[in-house]
Amino acid sequence: MMTQDALRVLGVAAAIAGLACVPFLLGDYGLSLAINIVSYTVLATAWSLFSGPTRYVSLATVAFFGIGAYTTAVFAETLAWPLVLLIAAGIGILVAGIVGLSTLRLSGVYFVIFTLGLAELVRQLVTWYEVNKTRTLGRYVFTDITAAQIYWQLLILAVLVFAAGFLIGRSRLGLALRAIGDDETVARHSGIDATQAKVALFVLSTVFMTLTGAIMAPRWTYIDPAIAFNPVISFTVLIMALLGGVHRLYGPVMGVVPLALLFEFLLARFPNHFSIMVGLVFILIVYAIPRGIVGLVEQTVRRPA
Amino acid sequence: MLLEVTLSGVTLGGMYALVAMGLTLQYGVARIMNLSYGELLIAAAFAAFWFYSGLALNPLLGLIVVPPLAFAASYAIYRYLLQPLVRRAKSRDQLEVDSILATFGLLFVIQGVMLALFGGAYYSYSFLSVPLQFAGATVAANRLLALVLAVVIGLGLYLGLTRTRLGTAVRAVAVDPVAAQLVAIDVRTASALAFALGGALVAAAGVLVSMFLTFNANLGVVFTLKALIVVIMGGVGNLLGALIAGLILGLTENYVATFIDPGLTLAATYAIFLLVLLVRPQGLLGRANR
Repeated sequence: MMTQDALRVLGVAAAIAGLACVPFLLGDYGLSLAINIVSYTVLATAWSLFSGPTRYVSLATVAFFGIGAYTTAVFAETLAWPLVLLIAAGIGILVAGIVGLSTLRLSGVYFVIFTLGLAELVRQLVTWYEVNKTRTLGRYVFTDITAAQIYWQLLILAVLVFAAGFLIGRSRLGLALRAIGDDETVARHSGIDATQAKVALFVLSTVFMTLTGAIMAPRWTYIDPAIAFNPVISFTVLIMALLGGVHRLYGPVMGVVPLALLFEFLLARFPNHFSIMVGLVFILIVYAIPRGIVGLVEQTVRRPA
Repeated sequence: MLLEVTLSGVTLGGMYALVAMGLTLQYGVARIMNLSYGELLIAAAFAAFWFYSGLALNPLLGLIVVPPLAFAASYAIYRYLLQPLVRRAKSRDQLEVDSILATFGLLFVIQGVMLALFGGAYYSYSFLSVPLQFAGATVAANRLLALVLAVVIGLGLYLGLTRTRLGTAVRAVAVDPVAAQLVAIDVRTASALAFALGGALVAAAGVLVSMFLTFNANLGVVFTLKALIVVIMGGVGNLLGALIAGLILGLTENYVATFIDPGLTLAATYAIFLLVLLVRPQGLLGRANR
């Protein structure tokens, strides 16, 4: 038993070390693809961290991602980098707290509707502020952070999000959340403070999204509200998580890798019809594999037994 | 000034109420949370634009042609896209999540088609934009016409739902789908009918809106959002509540846009929504049931 655990830890460490070497092995194009995959891995895993157990569909990924990206754009030139990340996380926590406390007490639909418009709301507020106060709409992000450094930061974030998911799964909070997902009324009657648990998890999951945005911002050099708050990002994250399967921690990654490659291909081949294609892929997933790749595999493995 | 802003706020509010009535039919009766709802409105607006600019026809003709097409399209969407989900769903919550996901995909498909056809540019056309004097204020004739037509359509729907056998059946399904079956109502047909009717309503609203607002292919989500907010504010399934909530929203938006800043209208919408969620989550005229 002990040796099995030790082997597992060793395997994970080796995998992380291997992934950390990727920037030395790949060219510029390969590295940008790798950055894409790792950043979506963090986003999709963070998404399913909250939406998986609670079954509350959040459509606001890009709201937090954009908040992070904008924080970097505003502070990157004047403040030290760790401080920028800290501020981004702080703003993310604040917004998530407000959203969570006002909507998560109610049934899931209110939350979905609120998150549907949240990115648009934040985008309009940022636009309004930029136009009226700073009198510029776009911002340049000049930092000396290289692509490889972005990759490593994202990799650390990915490790953290998996660690968080792993620890939550074994904690009282994780148990409470699974109970809420199964039946909220029953959970409340067994003494679980459902609202508190949901808000805590929502805040945690959005911190990762905000940090991803903050780390990714230097990739763009120029950002404006339309780029930072592009709703396609929320949509992509949702599809990837669902394709992989949200009821296992490692599920979303299974969706991220094939879809990131597919979208790369579609974007290059059909730039003008991208959103139609993505929409169709998504509908196909919802109908054909509602429990994701992981669910599909588990089903096929179980059937012969 | 105040009167003019109020009048145009009432017009906008009337549109929101009409749009929300369609959504309350889809969500309240067919139990489908349709996130692609606003896309149909924009599609209808483009159709009216094409009628006027492409074919040189009166956009009001669009009001006769477009809603029946939208009715048929929505019926097909419900029948072939959503009914499998209805059959698959084990509970109402499950159906809600599934329909949110499916229609979210649909949103991007419809939006993508419109972007491919029309691009991201803003469209508008000038139809009946003559100033009228009304109680000392100036109103554009197209706005007034749109408001009158919205009232006629809304009133027609209200009478249809409250005074006919079919309308009563539809309302019965909204109250309790299981009990409705016990009194020999075909729930599946009534749901499909309500969903299609909702589509026809939003298309009619789209034609009306196109007469006095500029629109582009990305605007559908905003209308979906406002319709959802109005539905929740008014109380799910409540037509009168939708009317009141729609007017509140339209007036607030116009006041904020005129007297504070046009960039803050959505923020004002959200502030109202938050207030409703905090104080009266069951809606202004809704009953607490959960």
